[in-house]
Amino acid sequence: MSFLHRHPRLRLAALLSAPLLWLVVAYLGALAVLLVSAFWTVNGFTGEMVRTFSLANFRTILTEQVYRNVTLRSLGVAASVTVICVLLAVPMAFFMAKVARPRSRHWLVIAILTPLWASYLVKAYAWRVLLANGGPIESVFGATPGYGLFATILVLSYLWLPYMILPIYAGLERLPDSLLEASGDLGARAGRTFRSVVLPMLIPSVFAGSIFTFSLSLGDYITVQIVGGKSQLIGNLVYANIGAANNLPFAAAIATVPVLIMVIYLVAVRRSGALEEL
Amino acid sequence: MGHNGRWMTAVLAAGVLTLAACGGGSDQGSGSGPGGLAVPKIDKLAALGAGEGSVNIVSWAGYVEDGTTGKTVDWVTPFEKDTGCQVNNKVAATSDEMVTLMKTGDYDVVSASGDASLRLIYGGDVAPVNTDLITNYKDIFDGLKNKQWNSVDGAAYGVPHGRGANVLMYRTDTVTPAPTSWGAVFDANSPYKGKITAYDSPIYIADAALYLMKTQPDLGIKNPYALDDKQFEASVALLKEQNKNIGEYWSDYTKEVQAFKSGNSVIGTSWQVIANLAKADKAPVESVLPSEGATGWSDTWMISSKAKHPNCGYQWMDYIVSPKANAQVAEWFGEAPSNKLACEQTTDKQHCTTFHADDESYFDQVWYWTTPLAQCVDGRTDVTCKDYSAWTQAWTTIKG
Repeated sequence: MSFLHRHPRLRLAALLSAPLLWLVVAYLGALAVLLVSAFWTVNGFTGEMVRTFSLANFRTILTEQVYRNVTLRSLGVAASVTVICVLLAVPMAFFMAKVARPRSRHWLVIAILTPLWASYLVKAYAWRVLLANGGPIESVFGATPGYGLFATILVLSYLWLPYMILPIYAGLERLPDSLLEASGDLGARAGRTFRSVVLPMLIPSVFAGSIFTFSLSLGDYITVQIVGGKSQLIGNLVYANIGAANNLPFAAAIATVPVLIMVIYLVAVRRSGALEEL
Repeated sequence: MGHNGRWMTAVLAAGVLTLAACGGGSDQGSGSGPGGLAVPKIDKLAALGAGEGSVNIVSWAGYVEDGTTGKTVDWVTPFEKDTGCQVNNKVAATSDEMVTLMKTGDYDVVSASGDASLRLIYGGDVAPVNTDLITNYKDIFDGLKNKQWNSVDGAAYGVPHGRGANVLMYRTDTVTPAPTSWGAVFDANSPYKGKITAYDSPIYIADAALYLMKTQPDLGIKNPYALDDKQFEASVALLKEQNKNIGEYWSDYTKEVQAFKSGNSVIGTSWQVIANLAKADKAPVESVLPSEGATGWSDTWMISSKAKHPNCGYQWMDYIVSPKANAQVAEWFGEAPSNKLACEQTTDKQHCTTFHADDESYFDQVWYWTTPLAQCVDGRTDVTCKDYSAWTQAWTTIKG
């Protein structure tokens, strides 16, 4: 022990080598392989990889209309899911953090977390049954949206809602009650207090939650396969090119699209200071 | 922060460069393909040894049943008892998935259709089969042996399993009158708009080509797997038109059963086994072989060139085409068995007649799944055909 104590650099190296190795090899390494293989091609017949540099994959993605459409559709779904989650999560989190009694707060947090215990697939298939013709939704409301993009947005919002509620709840908990009281003392009504005091302080938390909902929706391909009808998103194209077409390089090229979108999004979010909220 | 960022970039760049360098080096290994069709040299198994205790199988849904689907639907348990080979089965939804799975080297045998078999052979993923070690091989219909999709230069690459046609399935309560033509799923003004389903694989383009072959003779399609530019464009255009009426595409057969049961899908291409499962689930469905004929399959059991359990693999290939097992699979899946003697073992004595087991003229109307190549598989030499990678890319475009 005293040896390590006398060599602080060695101590640091021993402590950090495993996580750093993980970060560089498994995490960044995988991304690097992805980037490199995006420039390869595949022999269409035998499926063997041809390891020569080629921009063909990116040319296809940029020139073919369908890839632009799918990208825009995926962005639309991810944005809608995020907006719906914000609209649902803000009042919910506000109630949890400021209205509910401290004792019931814990139970509310547990209630928010319990759906995360069930498998993603089980929940998605449950929605497939719910939305089916003659399913529970139709018998209660008289109509069902059926399978399609709307159903996809609905189910994704359901799946990712906890990831939005929790950061907002954490943000609100840190908001001192005295600020709300001061605002009230100065004559502001509830709406004004919310707009001028709560919301500005909440923005970073909302952005933090949106990173989860947005990136999770952008990469999803299972929900849309189960309830999305005939729609396809970026994730489906990646999956189809790996699982079905065995065209790993093209899948890698497609996969760089959401990576790019997320990098742009993260840079934008970082400017708002939301990353400190995570 | 800026300093750290630059450091990360440097690490990333170094990784990329290293990988790029590695990639360049191992380039020479691959060279086979439609250009110079060279089959990798792989030896077949010389003699059978003792079983390895287990066998890993990639199969179509309904080919490897151990009684979990229905108590009577079980031909795996007797095999396991007799040979001591534990069966681990992986169901694949499309031929493309089968090829991908076999490339991992984790599986011993595969029930490959014609649009996978040649890709596996030329990719060096499967080994030639020593048919002397398959005792039931002699009873297999001659019409299935040494075909273009299961052999190369007279060397057998697999054991024929069975064959059949992709059928048109519909709900009897909503679809009236009963359809007799594939036109029912390609009609732009279909009354079943939004409730039509189609198979989610590029190979489905052949279904459109087959329909055009019969309805638009001036396109000159002779084989739905050999499409030149103009024929291919026409088929893709038909499918894009069809896309407007599609409710969902299926490749997961349980999803298809559920969709027909709930009525989210009412008409579309299917397999007989799916119709059987849906009926067993009390869904009011029927299936029909439309007047244009159909695409179909002729499946072959193949053994991986990297098989870790070759002896159990051979025992499986021998067992699954034995009269009793072959009859059970054929009846459950709804296809023609490959073993002549299986016809006496079926519960329904008419099975072989119904499914035209030895009726070659019937199967002339069925277009077995075949991998489309740039060299037209119908023998034309004056044009280039669209190869499978073009089909794959087009399929994405069709779905939009």
